[in-house]
Amino acid sequence: MAIVIKDLNYIYGAGTVFEKQGLKDINLTIEDGEFIGIIGRTGSGKSTLIQHLNGLNVPASGTILYNGEDIYKKGYSKKKLRSKVGLVFQYPEYQLFETTVLSDVRFGPKNIGMSAEEADRSAKEALSMVGIHEDMYNASPFELSGGEKRRAAIAGVLAMKPEVLVLDEPTAGLDPKGKNEILELIDKLHKNDGVTIVLVSHSMEDVAKYAERIAVINDGEIFACGTPREIFSRYKELEKIGLSAPQTVYLLNELKSIGYDVDTGIITPDEAVKEILMHTAQTAYTEGI
Amino acid sequence: MLRDITIGQYYPTGSVIHKLDPRVKLAGTFLFIISIFTFKNYPGYIVSLIYLGMVIFISKVPLKHILKGIKPIIFLMVFTAVIHLFFTSGDDILFEFYAVKITYAGLKKAVFIIVRLLFLITGSAIMTYTTTPNQLTEGIEKAFGPLNKAHIPVHEFALMMSIALRFIPILMEEADKIIKAQSSRGADFEEGNIIKRISGIVSILIPLLVSAMERAKDLALAMDARCYHGGEGRTKMKPLRYTAKDYISYGIILVYMVTSVAAGRFI
Ligand SMILES: Nc1ncnc2c1ncn2[C@@H]1O[C@H](COP(=O)(O)OP(=O)(O)O)[C@@H](O)[C@H]1O
Ligand SMILES: [Mg+2]
Repeated sequence: MAIVIKDLNYIYGAGTVFEKQGLKDINLTIEDGEFIGIIGRTGSGKSTLIQHLNGLNVPASGTILYNGEDIYKKGYSKKKLRSKVGLVFQYPEYQLFETTVLSDVRFGPKNIGMSAEEADRSAKEALSMVGIHEDMYNASPFELSGGEKRRAAIAGVLAMKPEVLVLDEPTAGLDPKGKNEILELIDKLHKNDGVTIVLVSHSMEDVAKYAERIAVINDGEIFACGTPREIFSRYKELEKIGLSAPQTVYLLNELKSIGYDVDTGIITPDEAVKEILMHTAQTAYTEGI
Repeated sequence: MLRDITIGQYYPTGSVIHKLDPRVKLAGTFLFIISIFTFKNYPGYIVSLIYLGMVIFISKVPLKHILKGIKPIIFLMVFTAVIHLFFTSGDDILFEFYAVKITYAGLKKAVFIIVRLLFLITGSAIMTYTTTPNQLTEGIEKAFGPLNKAHIPVHEFALMMSIALRFIPILMEEADKIIKAQSSRGADFEEGNIIKRISGIVSILIPLLVSAMERAKDLALAMDARCYHGGEGRTKMKPLRYTAKDYISYGIILVYMVTSVAAGRFI
């Protein structure tokens, strides 16, 4: 029971003409060690929601429990929370500021009270994890390519060794290769190191492939929550709120509608290939071809 | 956070004041400020207060919003007033305690200072609440247009101003995001020792500066790509034109000037 979000309401610009309900009665539990995907169209409130997880946004009502403790309680250390719940912002490359890549990655660990050596070790570990080579440690972060900047910025959060890693569209604007590298890195952190992952994305394929559970947000409210299979079986509803399902879901549904008895709950391409091959083999066998 | 600084931000209500020609509002604000500095006595301020109240009422900007905007500068006002209160000499001593001496003249001055600053800030805030930055610069450009003849590049100044004003909310938003991102990395702005705090502030300023430069570069390129070449021969899609309500407003401003200055100086 890592993070429990309870009846959370958030209002932008409270008390002005610009007042806008950002989030409405959000209830969601993020279990220890799980990989949860958060999807929703642009402006649905995904970023607003995850900025509550480490106490950056303060809700109008409702609260969040982290390991059973209310994070908005007086005296609860936000700094400690932020060392446990790492948040990677959308386009994190804009937060780089130090003179060298290494010192930028060390910024977080040093802030949360790691000793100089510890911070150094942790920073180097994080950089090698995201695939930034030692040659680049002393380069200015502003000299890196777009993809490298992104990875350096992610390393800046990883170096704090969070228990929960929250990522806001970490692959937005990257090429397919850079995108896969980052997703594989996140998956590895989850599988090998047991880090709880909260991945905000608007790529249905990505969440379908990696997430164990998906929460769908629409207009600041939780629209649905469940396994990828459950969520994407409701693809018609998803379309109504500006989302879609992975291509495989459409393919299998199409096959079913023209008479092939395939499992339409399958969502990843690999499984779909297997299902189709098996089905063809079966048909071939039964029809004696 | 930074977004809570609401003073000077356009507040749309669609009132008559919002629809006035920006030149009228500029002139009105300017004259209002001048009038405040001519007063020698209370009655002038009372006339000012009545007019200010009326303008606020007509503008439909909630009083609560205006007061909230003033909040950040209360400290400055009180500070100035206190200095005047203690350091004005005079014969009419109200209160004396060792070296501390409060005179009637000092008290009067302190009250005047507070009222003046309050009126000054509220008066100019009303203008910015009811006029978008674009309208404001357009008004300034047109009002100062004749200076072009004296080879003063009015258009360029106005453009610079409108770009600067346009960038304020963008940079605020950006700063907000960067502050949040760095806070997530444990950056300190309020607590901790001085070195940590400075590094926290640097971690915001540098990314902000970098992004401002990037934006400026992009904007310059975009303007160049659309063949922008300055003000010469440039026409407006919606040129400013006075209508009846603008002339009536000028009339009201005139009446205000006469009554308030008369009340402030001669009663
Ligand atoms: N600082 C802000 N002030 C006012 N409204 C905001 C602010 N930030 C976001 N919003 C609004 O809140 C809604 C949710 O935004 P956001 O959480 O960024 O959506 P998402 O990350 O899902 O694209 C949007 O409609 C957006 O316009
Ligand atoms: Mg977002």
